[in-house]
Amino acid sequence: MVTHRAHHLFGTYSEGRDQPRPPSILIGRLNLSSEIPDVCCGIAPDVSAVHQSDWDGIMERDNHQEGEAQGVKICDPPSESNPLAHTLATSLSLLGNHMFPDQVERNDSGTANKEETVDSFISDITAEEPSLDAESHSNQVTKLDTEETENPECQNIASTQPTDGGTEDAADNDQSDSGEFVVTMLAKAKLEEQGLGVKGRSSPLLEAGTQECPAFITHREEDVTADSWRQHRKHVFVLSEAGKPIYSRYGSEEALSSTMGVMMALVSFVQSGDNIIRSVYSEEHTVVFLQKGPLVLVCVSSSRQSEQQLRGELLYVYYQIISMLTQASISRIFEHKKNYDLRRLLAGSEKILDGLLNLVDSDPSFLLAAVHCLPIASSLRDSLSQILQKAITPNLVFSILIAKNQLLTIVQEKNVIEDSRLEPADVHLLLNLIGASSAFQAGEIWTPICLPLFNPDCYFYAYISYLDPPECTVCLLLLSTDKEAFYAVAECKRKIEEAMVAQNSLSLIAKAHSYSVSQVGVSDLRHFMYKPFDVPDNYRQLTQFTSPEMEAPYSSEEEKMRLLDLYRYMHSRIHSTSRPLKLIYHVAERETLLAWVTSKFELYTCFSPLVTKACAITAITKLLRWIKKEEDRLFIRYPPKYSTTPNPSKSSRSGKSDQQDSTDNGFLSLL
Amino acid sequence: MVLLGGSGVGKSSLAMRFGRDEFYTTSPTVGCAYMTRVVHLSDVTLRFEIWDTAGQEKYHSVTPLYYRGAHAALLVYDISKRETFIRAQMWLKELENQYIQGSTVIWLVGNKGDLAQNRQVSVQEGQGLASHKGLFFIETSALSGEHISELLQSVAHRVYESIGGHQGGLSEWQETPIVELQHRDTSNPFASCCKVGP
Repeated sequence: MVTHRAHHLFGTYSEGRDQPRPPSILIGRLNLSSEIPDVCCGIAPDVSAVHQSDWDGIMERDNHQEGEAQGVKICDPPSESNPLAHTLATSLSLLGNHMFPDQVERNDSGTANKEETVDSFISDITAEEPSLDAESHSNQVTKLDTEETENPECQNIASTQPTDGGTEDAADNDQSDSGEFVVTMLAKAKLEEQGLGVKGRSSPLLEAGTQECPAFITHREEDVTADSWRQHRKHVFVLSEAGKPIYSRYGSEEALSSTMGVMMALVSFVQSGDNIIRSVYSEEHTVVFLQKGPLVLVCVSSSRQSEQQLRGELLYVYYQIISMLTQASISRIFEHKKNYDLRRLLAGSEKILDGLLNLVDSDPSFLLAAVHCLPIASSLRDSLSQILQKAITPNLVFSILIAKNQLLTIVQEKNVIEDSRLEPADVHLLLNLIGASSAFQAGEIWTPICLPLFNPDCYFYAYISYLDPPECTVCLLLLSTDKEAFYAVAECKRKIEEAMVAQNSLSLIAKAHSYSVSQVGVSDLRHFMYKPFDVPDNYRQLTQFTSPEMEAPYSSEEEKMRLLDLYRYMHSRIHSTSRPLKLIYHVAERETLLAWVTSKFELYTCFSPLVTKACAITAITKLLRWIKKEEDRLFIRYPPKYSTTPNPSKSSRSGKSDQQDSTDNGFLSLL
Repeated sequence: MVLLGGSGVGKSSLAMRFGRDEFYTTSPTVGCAYMTRVVHLSDVTLRFEIWDTAGQEKYHSVTPLYYRGAHAALLVYDISKRETFIRAQMWLKELENQYIQGSTVIWLVGNKGDLAQNRQVSVQEGQGLASHKGLFFIETSALSGEHISELLQSVAHRVYESIGGHQGGLSEWQETPIVELQHRDTSNPFASCCKVGP
């Protein structure tokens, strides 16, 4: 509802929208110049139209109007020589208004909350009083919700609001009695359900469910107007090209719909000039945009990470969404219905995305785009691989054994490995899925999953089961291309279980743990990350890295994060697009870091602050020698293979045989 | 046995009650979870394979895999959420349209009986729908464990009766290799979700 209005702001958007109105610019209580100090726009070259002088002009003009423009709608089209620049500045400030507030702004708003303010300006509501009422009311409701998460009425409200059109806003505001309010909402919900149900499609079920709201609510309830919300280190938003909210890391998507509308406005504005918006920098925050098909991903970060790194993280979020729905389905859905609410399909998956973002922040594997495997004796790893190799069934393509969230071993189908390999990112997504699934409770899980880097349009069927209940540290993951293969694959698990009992593997695995840096025997070395590159003898192998436990002084969460931030900084310097480096020696406040990249490896080391350059270099030589010696224990050296394709000549790549499935996966019939 | 219903109605919690008689706050099911539970009746022992399906819409395309050929289907709704009741009816429609073959016993289960103070679907309504459609009806609470064992016992009885009713039906069953009954090979391993043990 907000989007078309937001697009409408610029008068450049030609998506079939109702209510044609003259182009108008709405300026609310915006204190433009102090909102976003030092704004520079990382848009691609062609934006020469936006001259600095224009910007200055705009700022001045807006400042000038600030005093009298409180709640006033200004409908005159801008008279500057460059109207485009003007509108861009306005929307930037609108975004800034929400993301980077300043004291003046808050005082201005008084009791009315800001989200509401921005919203009401955008939605042309000039009267201010009713919003107050509604706001206090909905606060009350949210509170209730937190107290009893099972309270259905509250959930109902929460889930109903977003689907209601803009016309309902006024009605909601008028509600004073909570009982009545709930009843109205329910009636609407019911109407909608029934309305959807009678459309006479093949499956009535596929029509329902817009009202569904997951029973678990964590960050979703956060008050998006609170300071604490703004102070989150990294926000991630996903929206559709029509500006419909799909996901927000903190706060509910519906409360943020106007913010997302502004984001989309920015994106489509820049797009209208045949450009792509990439990032916006302010003093405190970096805003990074990523457009992937019909989805727009936005990251607002105060973490000082490089734009490249943040974009990489957004890509992981995109891949995780693909892994649940496939790229083909998503584009098909949006081809049919531009303003489809994708949350309908992602309902219940927020936890998976939340989990992913937490992992991205705390696990360096994502930064390095490599997998971390648990160090175990190579003989044990070989015997585990052999067990997996023997337990096969037709159409099984990957057998993966995981302990303590790290890889133990991975076995691939022979014909698959010829064509491609499992990408680290796909493994990360699988590990995240396991973490988010309830496999530890349920026993066995069978679920469709897409590996976006392997084939973004097809599903695999994943069998997930823990081998050591109730501890649940050793997890088996079997991927098949046949969706009916559950029983056959479950049988493989039983074989694997038996063999592992016979060989006493579980107790051996239980003893395995990550190593301490002290084992390297280099005195000043505190921590390191070592990622070897593919070299001819292990060509087409999964990219891995090794790293010791983070020990004192990096035992607390804050310190761990601080070290990771330092690594991220080193990584961004090494991989800088403008000036890539091979070697950096960085003396930080409380430690000294050295990062080194060669054709054979990438290495990040952390030393005590008193180390000398010469010492550090000797230490690294020692470290590399130690890694070489321990190689067989630290890495999966020769990933074994098996052959399960019934007729290898028919399909060399398993993905192809699955092609049929992707067309009947049911998403098309949703529309 | 297959558990169907909208998301958040407590299918997984019910399944956990069946499987282990414990209650956890579960997170949304990914895909489908599989469990087994052995039920002793006076003269026979039934081994239930319990398919706990995900209520989320994105998994609907795979759900038929599980309810196809099930001997018992539990349509679960949340008594404190009317929309889940409507949704249960849609599941019923889908079951009736495509997969019911007379041998499936369908139960309508109103879950979250512990939230009776927020009830939106009355017992009469549930009962009414059930008798209208020829289903069995019960209200349970996975949280408190109320009526769980009764439900399991009566499902076992009904399934046993419906099987016993036409012994010939036995030959149509497919056994997975884990069951001690003689193995009958057929094309569809999903045709059976619930089997009789010795």
